[in-house]
Amino acid sequence: MSSIEYRDVGVRHGRTRAVNDFTASVRTGEWLGLIGPNGAGKSSLLRATVGLHRHSGDILIDGSSLTLRSRARRAALIAHVPQDPILPDDMTGGDYVLLGRTPHIGYFGTPTRHDRAMVDDVIDRLDLGQLANRRLGQLSGGERQRLVIARALATEAPILLLDEPTSALDIGHQQQALELVARLRAEHGLTVISAMHDLTLAGMYADRLALLHEGTVVAEGDVADVLHADTLAEFYGVRVTVHRDPDGTVVVIPRREHL
Amino acid sequence: MSDRARPVTGRLPGTVWIPASAMLLVIVAVAGAMIGPAGPDWWRVPLALAERIPLLDRLGIDSGVTEREWSIIWNIRMPRVVLAGIVGATLSLGGASYQGVFRNPLVDPYLLGAAAGGGLGATLVIATWGGFGDDWIVDPVPVVAFLFALGTVAVTYVVGASFGGLRTTSTLVLAGVAMVSLMTAIQTFVLQRNSDVVREVYNWILGRLSTASWNDVGLVLPYVTVSTVILFLHRRHLDVLRVGDDEATALGVPVARVRLVVVIAATLGTAAVVAVSGLIGFVGLVVPHMVRLIAGSSYRVVLPMTITFGAAFLILADIPGRTLSAPAEVPIGVVTAFIGAPFFIVLLRTRQVAR
Repeated sequence: MSSIEYRDVGVRHGRTRAVNDFTASVRTGEWLGLIGPNGAGKSSLLRATVGLHRHSGDILIDGSSLTLRSRARRAALIAHVPQDPILPDDMTGGDYVLLGRTPHIGYFGTPTRHDRAMVDDVIDRLDLGQLANRRLGQLSGGERQRLVIARALATEAPILLLDEPTSALDIGHQQQALELVARLRAEHGLTVISAMHDLTLAGMYADRLALLHEGTVVAEGDVADVLHADTLAEFYGVRVTVHRDPDGTVVVIPRREHL
Repeated sequence: MSDRARPVTGRLPGTVWIPASAMLLVIVAVAGAMIGPAGPDWWRVPLALAERIPLLDRLGIDSGVTEREWSIIWNIRMPRVVLAGIVGATLSLGGASYQGVFRNPLVDPYLLGAAAGGGLGATLVIATWGGFGDDWIVDPVPVVAFLFALGTVAVTYVVGASFGGLRTTSTLVLAGVAMVSLMTAIQTFVLQRNSDVVREVYNWILGRLSTASWNDVGLVLPYVTVSTVILFLHRRHLDVLRVGDDEATALGVPVARVRLVVVIAATLGTAAVVAVSGLIGFVGLVVPHMVRLIAGSSYRVVLPMTITFGAAFLILADIPGRTLSAPAEVPIGVVTAFIGAPFFIVLLRTRQVAR
């Protein structure tokens, strides 16, 4: 229900420039996949979007600048699934998901009945009922990741940022988590920006890809245009075969050097 | 799937524990008023208290307590019980809040210099003026101890924040360690130059409730009330901070401001009680952990329970302090460690076996 636009966004960490003049426009309900080698600036860009790094340039949501909005308002518009979320061992799953309602609760406020109903609803829809009363420390990686996504969804933010949402998961749970996001995107018109290492998965779920290299976008467009063996060889320094299925799926297969 | 039948959120483990710990507090407080040298028979004390409570006085209770005995209960024992309760509650609440904003189970206000600063302030006063001069209108020891405690924490905070920024809490904790060493060194130096007051300073450091009066209660109550109210209003923020500064920021919480406000509030309360009771150790560290082990770690429950439980803990610790070697007193700081440490270990062990 919201579009997001980056205009010449730059992020610096001290003297090094993590992101240079990033410009992109993501329409309502669209999924933009950020790809690129380690240190390309994907996380920095996502973190700048939620206010964790200062940035130059402008980030606009539905045409108006993020800097004009209060901290809580920004948090209510953009939900962030971080790369390495901290899950307190002795917090219960339900309490954890409830934290997603924080942007909607006033400074001295407490969660309202609506907040709790919303959390119960998210937990229900994601089928996490068994996890709600369990402590986070007792859960498996897949269960924890689903709760992190549930927390982001409980915010009811129209824009969802995913930073390596599946890097800690096995292939089954990877698919499960991404299918979940895809389904919710379709149901609620969520705008999604993800940073992912797995190129095949990135291509499968995103509408468009942007390939970052040393903070600069070097290729952007449809999945089939970005995922080229030559491009990947140039910026990742890898030898890959890119296989295209008849149904449009692009599969990136790594090759051994001496073959 | 029995979990699904219950509402999944909003269940407070505290719905049982908070009233239970409040009842414990009342029982312990009455017990505290019952015990002591001189005064009426111990069983008359609850009756004498009930006699003077509105509504209960209509039951026609006759405790048979004389005015003189009542004066012992009301002017000697009760202030001590109430002050012990306030000190215990404030130290525990301060500890729990510090552990929350620093996400570190081993910190309490003492770590950033509240105790060392207060100790130095008291030492300077006692060494300079010989302490409790009768010619002073206001006893300068608590006033200076209070100001030094606040000042030390303020310096720690400014130093830690200017070097590490407020993004990491470890710089702040390290700055605290440095400040504590510095204050302790100065204190040792002053004591060495004024060895005649060592005993008096030592008595102050070990903590004392023996001279408690309603005056002391009135002295700390404003600070403690302000501190408690502010900390209470931030209990939800403490829960959000458990996921780390970055995620809390992304959730819209002004992390640096919340941390500063909580640190100021907790330090204010702690400095006030340190000023009247000396350095009673161990309470701010152990009580919050006991509470977490019993009732879970959500600050919605932890904060109210540290107040009731902390108050009960210190009233209880004060009882052996004044009876074991009566008429002499065992310093309360010694008792808190003596009761607290084994109890804590037992609790830790039973919880781990249960898991």
